[in-house]
Amino acid sequence: MDFTLILFYVFGALLLGSALLVVMVRNPVHAALFLVLAFVTAAGLWLLLYAEFLAITLVLVYVGAVMVLFLFVVMMLDVNLDVLREGFWGNLPLAALVGILMAGEMVLLLVRGFGGETVVSPGAPAKGFSNTKALGQVIYTDYVFAFEIAAIILLVAIVAAIAITLRTRKETKYQDAATQLNVRASDRLKIVKGMK
Amino acid sequence: MIPLNHFLILGALLFAISVVGIFMNRKNLIILLMAIELMLLAVNTNFLAFAHYMGDLSGQVFVFFILTVAAAESAIGLAILVALFRNLRSINVDDLGSLKG
Repeated sequence: MDFTLILFYVFGALLLGSALLVVMVRNPVHAALFLVLAFVTAAGLWLLLYAEFLAITLVLVYVGAVMVLFLFVVMMLDVNLDVLREGFWGNLPLAALVGILMAGEMVLLLVRGFGGETVVSPGAPAKGFSNTKALGQVIYTDYVFAFEIAAIILLVAIVAAIAITLRTRKETKYQDAATQLNVRASDRLKIVKGMK
Repeated sequence: MIPLNHFLILGALLFAISVVGIFMNRKNLIILLMAIELMLLAVNTNFLAFAHYMGDLSGQVFVFFILTVAAAESAIGLAILVALFRNLRSINVDDLGSLKG
């Protein structure tokens, strides 16, 4: 048995196990941590597919930023777990039926009719090949318009996330620049003459 | 070497697990967001498998953009979640009926 095949089975079993635990565990903090494990093992699988840049991006961006955001939100919210878990196992028959049907259909299609076994892997890239460089050459030429759109989407997401969560507290004192600029001397200063 | 089918079946199973997760955690909004992230991971794995076995980098570029959009989506989703919890003191999906839709 090939060593990469063993690696694939180890990573695949870890990925499926941690994904199952993400949706099954009671504590959302544990679910977030298992999601971190799932992302890291998925990065390992992506390395087996020679997608080095995206694998490291998954670890840096997803585990480093998005999952920390998830953990931050989960720990900030003080949720009542008993209410949220109510009816959890009652949903199991329908969920298992749909899940097994979906998985069965897709696996059957792949095994019986797709012919994926006959596809020959091109193998490892040539020595000195840089995945990051090749990806950059494609992104900044053929897909540069989509790249700009992605940048705009990220900007809109930042603005939207801040606009949704920003609130002005009533008890906090802050300056209103517009009112300050609109003030006239006559509103504030009164010259009183003739007082002795 | 690893056959292409192995990666596709892994992606299919991961997608089915996250669908099961969405069905079972119908009340917990945080776990629903996590299940969506898992779904995107399964789709990305399929894209990368096809990109490698076809020798075409476009699949990797697509995964790059999916990662970007997914990061934006989870940031906005969590912001909505925080705003929701601030107003309702709950993240139960059943409590979100004020529009009576």
